[in-house]
Amino acid sequence: MLELLAQGFGIAFQPLNIGLVIAGCALGLFIGAMPGLGSVNGVAILLPMTFLVPPTGAIIFLAAIYYGAMYGGAISSIMLGIPGASTAVATTFDGRPLALKGEADRALILAAGASFIGGTISVVLFTLFAPPLAEVALAFGAAEEFALMMLAFATFIGLGGDDIPKTLFSICIGLVLSAVGLDIISGQPRLVFGDIPGFMHGIHFLVLAIGIYGIGEMLWTIESTRGEVTVSQANITVRRVLNTLKDLLRTMKTAVMGSLLGYFIGILPAAGATPGALMAYGVAKTISKDPDSFGKGNIEGVVAPESANNAASTGSMLPMLTLGIPGSPTTAILLGGMVIWGLEPGPMLFVEHEDFVWALIASLYVANLFAVVINLAFIPAFVAVLRTPFTILAPIIFVLCVVGGYVPTQDMHDVWLILIFGVVGYLMRKLDYPMAPAVLAIVLGPLAETSMRQALLMSDGSFAIFFNRPIASPIMIIALLLLSMPLFNALRKRLWPSRPSEDLRRH
Amino acid sequence: MRRAELSMALVLALLSVYLMWKSSELPIGWIPDEGPGGGAFPFWLSVGMLGSCVWIVVRWVLRSSPLSRSKAPYMTGDVAIIFAAVAGSLTVMFGAIHFIGMYFAIPLFLIFYLRFMGRHGWLNTLCIALATPVVVFFFFEIALRITLPKGWTEPLFYPLYDWFL
Repeated sequence: MLELLAQGFGIAFQPLNIGLVIAGCALGLFIGAMPGLGSVNGVAILLPMTFLVPPTGAIIFLAAIYYGAMYGGAISSIMLGIPGASTAVATTFDGRPLALKGEADRALILAAGASFIGGTISVVLFTLFAPPLAEVALAFGAAEEFALMMLAFATFIGLGGDDIPKTLFSICIGLVLSAVGLDIISGQPRLVFGDIPGFMHGIHFLVLAIGIYGIGEMLWTIESTRGEVTVSQANITVRRVLNTLKDLLRTMKTAVMGSLLGYFIGILPAAGATPGALMAYGVAKTISKDPDSFGKGNIEGVVAPESANNAASTGSMLPMLTLGIPGSPTTAILLGGMVIWGLEPGPMLFVEHEDFVWALIASLYVANLFAVVINLAFIPAFVAVLRTPFTILAPIIFVLCVVGGYVPTQDMHDVWLILIFGVVGYLMRKLDYPMAPAVLAIVLGPLAETSMRQALLMSDGSFAIFFNRPIASPIMIIALLLLSMPLFNALRKRLWPSRPSEDLRRH
Repeated sequence: MRRAELSMALVLALLSVYLMWKSSELPIGWIPDEGPGGGAFPFWLSVGMLGSCVWIVVRWVLRSSPLSRSKAPYMTGDVAIIFAAVAGSLTVMFGAIHFIGMYFAIPLFLIFYLRFMGRHGWLNTLCIALATPVVVFFFFEIALRITLPKGWTEPLFYPLYDWFL
């Protein structure tokens, strides 16, 4: 395995690829730091731009953006008190109080250090887990694939924390949208809405992703950042960095806990870094000797979520690469991108495109290192970036959405759909309809439908096939357990009302 | 919020029914030796959408979800104005692309947004508005060889193509 990893480093260190890693990290840090833009927005909006470079470079670049954004999210959480990305929500709880106490630099350095620990631990775990998991997954058939997708959707309902009927609606509409176009099996057009030719080629996942995460997100941010924000001051000196490293050593236990927790939450299909970071914060508070100091500027409250969100972002790539089931909204878009480039994720990827897989893994090591270096070296620059008025950034992002939305299919019909999805998505999001499940569903939809139809054909129409195969049945049972979790929670709440930890999410 | 919650659920329920009807144009039942028909997957998922909407409405009637109790307005007046301005200017830009092409619609949109929505100075506005299409042109047309829609302005680009390609 080490040999393969070394080969991977060989590819990752090619001048073009290393340049892409550095550019991706820097861009990711910027994207993460801007309120309203997170890894998922960056990857969705910039994916069409990566058609310029070869597929390996493109994926390495997008993964580096993902990585950098996990670091960058902390910057605005601490400096503005507004999470730079949803993944950094938990970082505001203690990062902002630290900044208000005049210790913004300490919080920023700790966040970067914790992110590095989270990143390193998770990349090592990733390297160890990925090949065996891919090997196991080679035995998966249609029934197992479908069961895994059910698990991904069940995770949204069980752990997503959003309104349940609305989450369900979001999943269903994403899957229906993925069914638009030619039916793969019978070859007949369906849902083409009065034979509009633009619908014949289906709805590209990027159309929904750019609509929701580009236009919709901008509308949302324009509304929520109308007020003036105050940027805290931070002075970074070498001595401060060294002093803070001592803090980091003291909180090592929290960082390792956050990394492991984040990693395993990240692996769960669909869950992603946001719940991982929130849970790590909750656990750090619970096991702390001084839980009352959380929320008032406890450094462990920064270390735990920051190590967890980085670990989760790597963790979420594990099921994406080995099983073809994304572990987070961002990896869902990455997965869609890989399909465009003919690098179909899943166990066969490890057999057919071994070079690519190991180059990507090696690039994660490299990206982790560069992200921490760029982050620490350019903190003042990122803080200055936070002062960029949103009225400059927003129109440029709108332009990127229009151009980027046109490029994949080169059809104005899709650009109009982006606008419609963006506006409707924004209006729905105001009513707490979660949007990530729909994006995941449109990416997984075609696969879910084919695997379900194949499995049902094998079993002659009996759904029992999903429950009597050795791998599919435990996955389905876990999925059903996750689905029933909200019911269980509701019951528990009725039996034992008022639990203080319940309002953590409402922060 | 309360009224918006119900209206949205009802609109989405209508959409679900429409999608069910459209899906059922293809067979939704079991076809021997072929498996489920082509319409089955979207049909049953549209049923799922309808079910979710019914669930939302039931909770609205019972006032058991936070939004169904909320008295806050769905959109305050100033938000509505910003929303209308942004969505409206985007729509105008998208429409204009069909006629004057991306390279003229984009700078016009940027000038409107930066100068009149963002209240930035003319210098900043013009720099960004003129630089953006140039960057876009070199990135997409020259580097990626993807032609963006140009509408009536297509002939203006022939000399540029001769130069760079």
